[in-house]
Amino acid sequence: MGSRVEIINDGGFRSDGRRQYELRDMTIDLSQQGIADGSAIITHGLTQVLVSVFGPREAKMRSQTIHDRANINVEVSVAAFSTGERRKRSRGDKRILELAATIKSTFEPVVQTSLYPRSQIDIFVQVLQQDGGLLQACINGTTLALANAGIPLLDFVCAVTGGVHATSPMLDLTLLEENDIPHVTVALMPKTGRVTLATMETRLHVERFEEIFRLACEAGKVIHAEIKGAVRERTSGLVGAMGVGPRSGKGDLQDNEGMDEY
Amino acid sequence: MVDITIRKRPRTEAVVTQRKFFKKTARGKVIKVLRERYLRDDVGCGIQNCTSCDNSTADILPFSGDTNHKSFPEGHFVLPDTNVFLSQMDLMESSLFKPPIILLQTVLEEVRHRSIPLYNRLKALVRMDDKRVWVFYNEYRSETAIIREDNETPNDRNDRGIRKATEWYNSHVRLTRPIIRGQATPKFPTVVLMTEDAANRKKAEESGIASTSIRKYISSLPETVAAQLLDLLSSADENVIEPTRAAGGRQALYADYFAESTLQAGISAGKLHKGHFNASTYNYLQGSVSVPGYPKPVLLIGRENLNRAVHGDMVVVEIFDEAKWGVEGDEVVDQEATLKNDDAADSDEDEENDDVMRQEAKAVRASEAMAQQKEKQPTGRVVGIIKRNWRPIVCHIDSSALPSSGPVGASSASTLSTQTLLAHPTSTLLPRIRIRTRQGPALLNKKILVAIDAWTATSRYPDGHFVRVLGEVGGEDAEREGLMLEFGISYGAFGSAILGCLPPEGDSWVVPPKGDDDVWKSREDLRELTICSIDPPACQDIDDALHARPLPNGNIEAGVHIADVSNFVHADTPMDTEAAARGTTVYLVDKRIDMLPALLGTNLCSLRPNVERLAFSAIWEMTPEAEIVNVRFTKSVIKSKAAFTYEEAQLRKDDPKRQDELTVAIRLLNTLAQKLKAARMAAGALNLASPEVKIHLDSAESSDPIDVEQKEMRETNSLVEEFMLLANISVARKIWEAFPATAVLRRHLPPPRTNFDKLKDILQKRKGLTLDVSSSGALADSLDLCIDANEPAFNTLVRIMATRCMLSAEYFCSGSVGRDTFGHYGLASSIYTHFTSPIRRYADVLAHRQLSAAIGYSSLHASLHSKPHVERILEVVNRRHRMAQMAGRASVEYYVGLALKGRSEKERQGHVTEEAFVIRTFRNGLGVFVSKLGIEGLVMFKRDLTQFDADNYTVTIPGSSAAVPGGEDVTISVFDKVVVNIEVEKDKNTQKGKVKMSLVNPVDSKKL
Repeated sequence: MGSRVEIINDGGFRSDGRRQYELRDMTIDLSQQGIADGSAIITHGLTQVLVSVFGPREAKMRSQTIHDRANINVEVSVAAFSTGERRKRSRGDKRILELAATIKSTFEPVVQTSLYPRSQIDIFVQVLQQDGGLLQACINGTTLALANAGIPLLDFVCAVTGGVHATSPMLDLTLLEENDIPHVTVALMPKTGRVTLATMETRLHVERFEEIFRLACEAGKVIHAEIKGAVRERTSGLVGAMGVGPRSGKGDLQDNEGMDEY
Repeated sequence: MVDITIRKRPRTEAVVTQRKFFKKTARGKVIKVLRERYLRDDVGCGIQNCTSCDNSTADILPFSGDTNHKSFPEGHFVLPDTNVFLSQMDLMESSLFKPPIILLQTVLEEVRHRSIPLYNRLKALVRMDDKRVWVFYNEYRSETAIIREDNETPNDRNDRGIRKATEWYNSHVRLTRPIIRGQATPKFPTVVLMTEDAANRKKAEESGIASTSIRKYISSLPETVAAQLLDLLSSADENVIEPTRAAGGRQALYADYFAESTLQAGISAGKLHKGHFNASTYNYLQGSVSVPGYPKPVLLIGRENLNRAVHGDMVVVEIFDEAKWGVEGDEVVDQEATLKNDDAADSDEDEENDDVMRQEAKAVRASEAMAQQKEKQPTGRVVGIIKRNWRPIVCHIDSSALPSSGPVGASSASTLSTQTLLAHPTSTLLPRIRIRTRQGPALLNKKILVAIDAWTATSRYPDGHFVRVLGEVGGEDAEREGLMLEFGISYGAFGSAILGCLPPEGDSWVVPPKGDDDVWKSREDLRELTICSIDPPACQDIDDALHARPLPNGNIEAGVHIADVSNFVHADTPMDTEAAARGTTVYLVDKRIDMLPALLGTNLCSLRPNVERLAFSAIWEMTPEAEIVNVRFTKSVIKSKAAFTYEEAQLRKDDPKRQDELTVAIRLLNTLAQKLKAARMAAGALNLASPEVKIHLDSAESSDPIDVEQKEMRETNSLVEEFMLLANISVARKIWEAFPATAVLRRHLPPPRTNFDKLKDILQKRKGLTLDVSSSGALADSLDLCIDANEPAFNTLVRIMATRCMLSAEYFCSGSVGRDTFGHYGLASSIYTHFTSPIRRYADVLAHRQLSAAIGYSSLHASLHSKPHVERILEVVNRRHRMAQMAGRASVEYYVGLALKGRSEKERQGHVTEEAFVIRTFRNGLGVFVSKLGIEGLVMFKRDLTQFDADNYTVTIPGSSAAVPGGEDVTISVFDKVVVNIEVEKDKNTQKGKVKMSLVNPVDSKKL
C-alpha cells in the first residue's frame, strides 16, 4: 500500500493544505550576488535554488568555442545539506549531469546565442534546498538569472510540474507527492505558447498525459506573470536608483508594454 | 479551464507554517524532515447559512444545532475527540444517536493512525445519509492551526488542537450571528467537546469550553433512547469512569505485552517474529502463526502462550528453545465442554480460577507429553499484538449463565439492572466474550452481534459490548444474516443513487435498431450466428454463450460471447463503486446476494435466448487439432438461439438422430474442448476436487431442503469450462500487452513443498503411495496413480486433501509483481485473468474495461491507469472473493445439517448412517469425511482407553473394551473406511443444530 500520508483527502486538500491547482509560494530575489553578471535566488515552497550567470565572455578553452554562436555551459551543484539526509554528491554524479544537460538543452533554443559568436555563457546552478520540483526551480531560476545578466532571450521559460493522483490532476508537487505519483515537468515559452521541455521519469498513460500537459501549460502562464513581475520590479528599482525613469517600484505590471524586451 | 493560483505563505508565519522533525528510516538512519503547510481562511465551518464561510458544496450542520438535549436548550453540536471514535464507534454509528457532529481533521488523522478499519468505518459514517457529520479541516484553517510546543506530547498537542477548534467554533457561531437591535437576540448553539479524558475536560472547563463525557451526555437524552444507547457503550473505558474494583487487586492471568519499541527492535534483530494468528478449530487452547524463516508454522499451546490473541490478529511471537518444541496436540479440546461452568461475572475470582486452570493445564500437558516422539514443530508465545482483527462477532447467550443475575460490581449507577454474561461466538475459532447488558433475559435464544472492546491481562475473557439482535436462534433468516455478517458480506438493497445508474427504460430496454451510433459504433453484428448458452439448471444470470462453425479453409471458428456489462456499468459511478465494494455475487443455498442490481444481472446483461443482447466476443480461428491460428476480440450484438442446461446439451450431443445446426455446433465445440483439455493436461494442469454437493430445496417458497446430492460432472461442463479458460487466457495476454503496469490478472502461486509433507507421509505409510510435488505436472501424474482398486472414491479423497495443501488463487495488478510470478499453478498457464463472468465478479468488469481500451473501442478510465488504485480495488475483491467462498460453504453446511435432520426424522431413527473416510486421527477421536454429503465431522471417544500412534496415524481400540465385538484389538487409521451415525443434536442452551457423529463400524463408539 501507498504511504501513510493521503495525497489528497476527501475535503480536497493536499497534505500541505493546498488544493489541487494551487502552486506553492514563490519568492524571487534578483539582487547582486558576488561578481556574477546576473543571478537569482528562487524558492518554490521549500525548494531553493541559486543561479549565477557569467558572460557572454571569451571561452576558456578553444576547443569549446563555436564559430557562429555562443556556447552555453551549465554546471549544477547540489548542496550536501539540501536534503533531509546529508549526502554529498560529486560533480560527476549522473543525476546531476543529466539535470545540467536538461537545462542546457532547454535554453539553447531560447538564448540568442548567434549574437555572440565564439563566446561562452556560464550558468552555475546551486541547489540549496530540495522539496520536489527541482527541475522546475532550476529552469525558472535560470530564466531569471539570464534576464538579470542582460542576455537577450527570445522569451521567458517558465517550468512547472504536474502530476496525477488516481483521477485528480495536481500542480507543483512536493517531494512527498513526487515520490508517490506520476508527474511531468513542462517548460513553456508563454509568449508563443511553445514548449521547450517536457520530461518525465514515471509512467503515465497517454490520455492522462495530455490532460496534465495542458494544465501545466496553463500553470506556466501563472508562473510567467510572477516572474515577469519580479523582473519588472527589479528593473524599475534599478532605473529609479539611476535617477532616470519614473520612481515607481510597484506599478501595475500588466499594461506596461516596455517589458517585453526581456 | 480551472483556476490556477499561487498560494502565498508569508515569511512571518514561518513558525506555524513550517514543521521540522526527525524521522528514523527503515534502515535506522535518522533524517531531518522539513514540511510546510499553507494556512487558509476558506475552510468552511459547515453550518447552514453561515454568513462568513462559503459552504457552497454542502452545508450539513443545521443552523440552530440540535435542540433535543436537556442540558443545551439553545441547541448544540457535538465535537467528539479521538478516543470517542476509537472506543465507541458502535454508539456513534447507531441511528439513535442523532446530534450533528463536527469531526476535526486532527481527530480523523489520529483515528487513521491508530486503526485503519475504524478509520474506514468513520469515513462511512461521514457519508451516511441519516447522519449529519461535517469534517472540519482545522489544521489548515489559520485560526485553529497550532504547533507542538516544547515538552508537549503529540497527544497533548492534539487535545489542545481539539480544544482550540471547539473554542473557535463557539466564537464563530457568535460572530456570525450579530445581535441586531429591535430583533430578538439570536440563539447561540453550543459546540460541546465530547471526551472521556477527565484531564482534558478539566482543561476545557478552565478555558470556558462546554464539555461532557459520553455517559453523561447519553444519560440526559430522553429515557427510551438512553437505555438502548447505554448498552452500546463500549466497556473498554468503564474502569476509568467508574472504577469497580481495584484493578491491582486482581491476579494477572496473562503476561504483559512487550513495549512497541522492544517489539520493533526484536523483529528487526530476528529474535521475534511477526505473523497472522490462526486459532485451531479442534482445540481452543492452541493456535499457530506462520512466520517466514521457519518451514512449519509456530505452534502456540496453552492460554498463557496464546496470550489474548484472537483469530486473525497480527501478532508478534517469541520462539522457544528447541528443547521445548512440540507437536500439534492430538486431542480435541472443546471450549464449550471444558468451560461449561465458567461464570462470566466472577470468572476472575480466584477459587474457580484454579479449577479451570487445572482442567486446562491437563489438556495442555497431554499434548506436551506426546511431543517427545514426533518430529517437532517450533513452539512459542505471543509477546505483542501489532494489529487486532476485531470485527463484530455473531454470538448467542448461554441460558445457563442467566440465573447468576444481579448487579455486578458497582454498576448500580444505572437505573436498569446490569448483568454480565458470556456471549458464545458461533465460530469455534473465537473466544467467548464477556458483555454487560441490561437486556439479559430478552437476549436469550437470540442471535446477537457483539463487538470486542478490550482484553486486559487480568481478565480471562475479552470484554465486549452488545451491538444488536439479529433474530431468533435457528431461524433461517437470522442464521443467514448471521452468516453474512460473519463473513462481512454487505447484503443491503441497492440505494437509489445506484439504481439511478440503470438505463431509464428498465425492463423494456432493448438493443436499439442498427444504425444507432451510440450503441452500434464499431460493434459487430453477430445476430445471425448460431450461438447458444449452456448453464446449470435454473440459471438466471447467463453471462456466457458459445458458437462454432467450420470455415472454408478447413479451420474452425469458435467464439465465446460474454455479457457486455461494461456497457452498463461505467467507471466512477455509484453503481461501479458499490460493485467494487461487493466484489462478487455471493451464492448461498437459499439466496443470491447480487453484485449488480437484478435488472442488469438477470435481464439486460443476461444472454437470454432469442433476444438481442450486447456482448463482448472473443473469436478464435483454430485448426481441427485445436491449435489457435489467431484470435480477435470485438464488441458485438448477438442473439442466442437457445439456452441449454448441461444435461440438455449432453443429451442433444449424444443423440445421433439430431443433425440440426445447434447440435452440430455443440459437437464441434466438444471435440475442440477435448483436445484443448488434453493439451492443458499435458502441460501439467491439475485436476482438483472439492467436496461439492448440491442441496435440493423443496420448493421456491419454503426453503426446507429435502436432500443432498453430489454434483455431477458431464462432458458439457468440461466443454464450457475449457472455452472459458481459453477466453480468459487469451484476454489476459491481450490486456497485459496493452497495459503492462495495470492489467488485472489472476494467479495461483505454487504451494511451498512443505505443505505436502504430512499428506506425503500419510500416503507413504498407509498406502505405500508416493506423491511427487516437484511441479504441477508431476503432482497431477502422481495424483492419477493414487488409486485404490477397491475404493473408487479414494482418489477423489486424496485430491481433496491435496487441494487443501495448496494456496488460493488471487487477483493482482501486473505492475506490482515480477513477471515470473504471473503463473497459474493449477491451470498450468503462464498468464490468466477472469473475463467470463462480469455479472458476478468485479475483476471481470475491470478486465472488460481494459480489453475494450486495448482494442481501441473506448478509452480507459483514468483510475485504471493508476497502479495503486488497481491494487487497492483488487485487494478488496480478493478479500470479498475469499469471504464469499467461505460464506457459501458455511451455508451449505447449515443446509446439510437441516437436510440430515429432515432425513433422520423421515427414517424415524433419529440418525442417518453413512460411510465415511478417516482423514485425521486424534488421541481421543477421529476426523472423518462423509463424501456423499460433503461434510466433515468429528467422532469422539468418550474414554481414554485407546492407544494412539501418531507416527503411523492409527488409533487402536483394545480388544478388552466392551465395544469391540471379537475381543481382538481394532486399529483404525487414516484413509480407512468406516461407518458413522450422523445425527443433528440440538444444543440445549443454544438451540443450535449441531452435527454429531458416532462410529458404528468397526466399533461402536457409544459403547466405548
